[in-house]
Amino acid sequence: MTEKIAVEVEKLNAYFGALRAIKDVSLDVLEKKVTALIGPSGCGKSTFIRCLNRMHEVTPKARMEGKILIHGEDVMERDPVLLRRDVGMVFQKPQPFPSMSIFDNVAAGLRLNGMRNKAVLAEQVEKSLRDSALWDEVKDNLDKPGTSLSGGQQQRLCIARALAVRPSVLLLDEPCSALDPISTAKIEELILELKSGYTIVIVTHNMQQAARVSDFTAFLLLGEMIEYGVTSRIFTNPGNKKTEDYITGRFG
Amino acid sequence: MKRQIQEEINQLKAKILHMGGVAEDMIRFSMKCFTERETGAGDRVFRSEEEVNRLQIEVDELACRILALYQPEASDLRAILAAMKINSELERVADQAVNITQTCTYHLFKEVPVKTMMEIPRMAAIAQEMIKNSLDAFSRSDVELAQDVLKKDEEEDTLKSKVLSEVIGMIRRQPSQTNQLVDLILISRNLEKIGDHATNIAEDVIFMVLGKDIRHHAQ
Repeated sequence: MTEKIAVEVEKLNAYFGALRAIKDVSLDVLEKKVTALIGPSGCGKSTFIRCLNRMHEVTPKARMEGKILIHGEDVMERDPVLLRRDVGMVFQKPQPFPSMSIFDNVAAGLRLNGMRNKAVLAEQVEKSLRDSALWDEVKDNLDKPGTSLSGGQQQRLCIARALAVRPSVLLLDEPCSALDPISTAKIEELILELKSGYTIVIVTHNMQQAARVSDFTAFLLLGEMIEYGVTSRIFTNPGNKKTEDYITGRFG
Repeated sequence: MKRQIQEEINQLKAKILHMGGVAEDMIRFSMKCFTERETGAGDRVFRSEEEVNRLQIEVDELACRILALYQPEASDLRAILAAMKINSELERVADQAVNITQTCTYHLFKEVPVKTMMEIPRMAAIAQEMIKNSLDAFSRSDVELAQDVLKKDEEEDTLKSKVLSEVIGMIRRQPSQTNQLVDLILISRNLEKIGDHATNIAEDVIFMVLGKDIRHHAQ
């Protein structure tokens, strides 16, 4: 196999106090592929991706066990701030920094990392906005507040903000669930474009979205990974009865 | 909780089974037309064809509706794909029955009768059984029965070859009856085709149940 593994998860267990939200999940995420996580609410999808960039441990009483290697490096041995720069995240609800302009929203991460050169900043901001397919819509209004954009544009702004610090892995936690169908289609198109440069893990409740954008799909149920495989197979001929029942709407 | 999509898939299956029943009758009446030279049986075949054509459109419309409304996945998706493919196969089965009937009424009846070849009604009985079993397999998701249908096709092919070689011999012996003897070849070819359609249906059933595509390398 020529494909490289970007994220290696081995026997991951995640807890909220006494509650075990992720149970012994092992999974390899391939580099520059889109991997979708599906499963009913509360199955641990979001908790799983929050473990990948150590956001999980930020929650009070939360902890994790097991091993996560990103490009071969153990995430627990990395500086969480640097790790989160390498493993970007976009949330369900678009959250641009409310007091900042479009430009500053994208530049925020770069400035935090000490970037002061205005020309380089401008270049990086433009590249990120182009990569997130927003540039043409905002290039004449870069000084307007990020919150003045539509929901779909705000979400692409958040993706641009995540891309600005040049991550290798992008975690998308239900990025379209608050968006209308047109904005959703744009984000999906963007995901397909971005995968040539990034490894993407997307959590989604929309089964058709998982089928459309991902190369691999993992189905989680009550914290356990029930099935993981090539998306086209999972959605036409799943190997596990529980996966079959979930994707055909028999429960969940 | 009852799934709405299941109700609609059940309706789709019911329509296919109804269509299959009509197609089976058409094979039976086309043979009646052949063996008994009964024109009433022929009229029934022509009337039934209209019903099959109407059902074919209804099945397609319903399948299209389910795909658009529910965006089905996995076994639901496979059931609908299978139904759509079986739909076309049955419409062609009906066409073959019509062809047999046309050959009988427009050609054979006008010629001197030939000795009835027993292989032809035998082929028709096998073809009818194959269609029936492939649809039972569809209705019950019965892979074993579908596999029996695949095996039966060999028998049909052997009979077809037998008819062909016998008829060629007959043409040599009685060249004046060449026209109607060629008709016998055409009819055996129609029946063999019906067997092939039943085989395709059986393969669709195996795909529907197991998600395994066995076409072109059938076991």
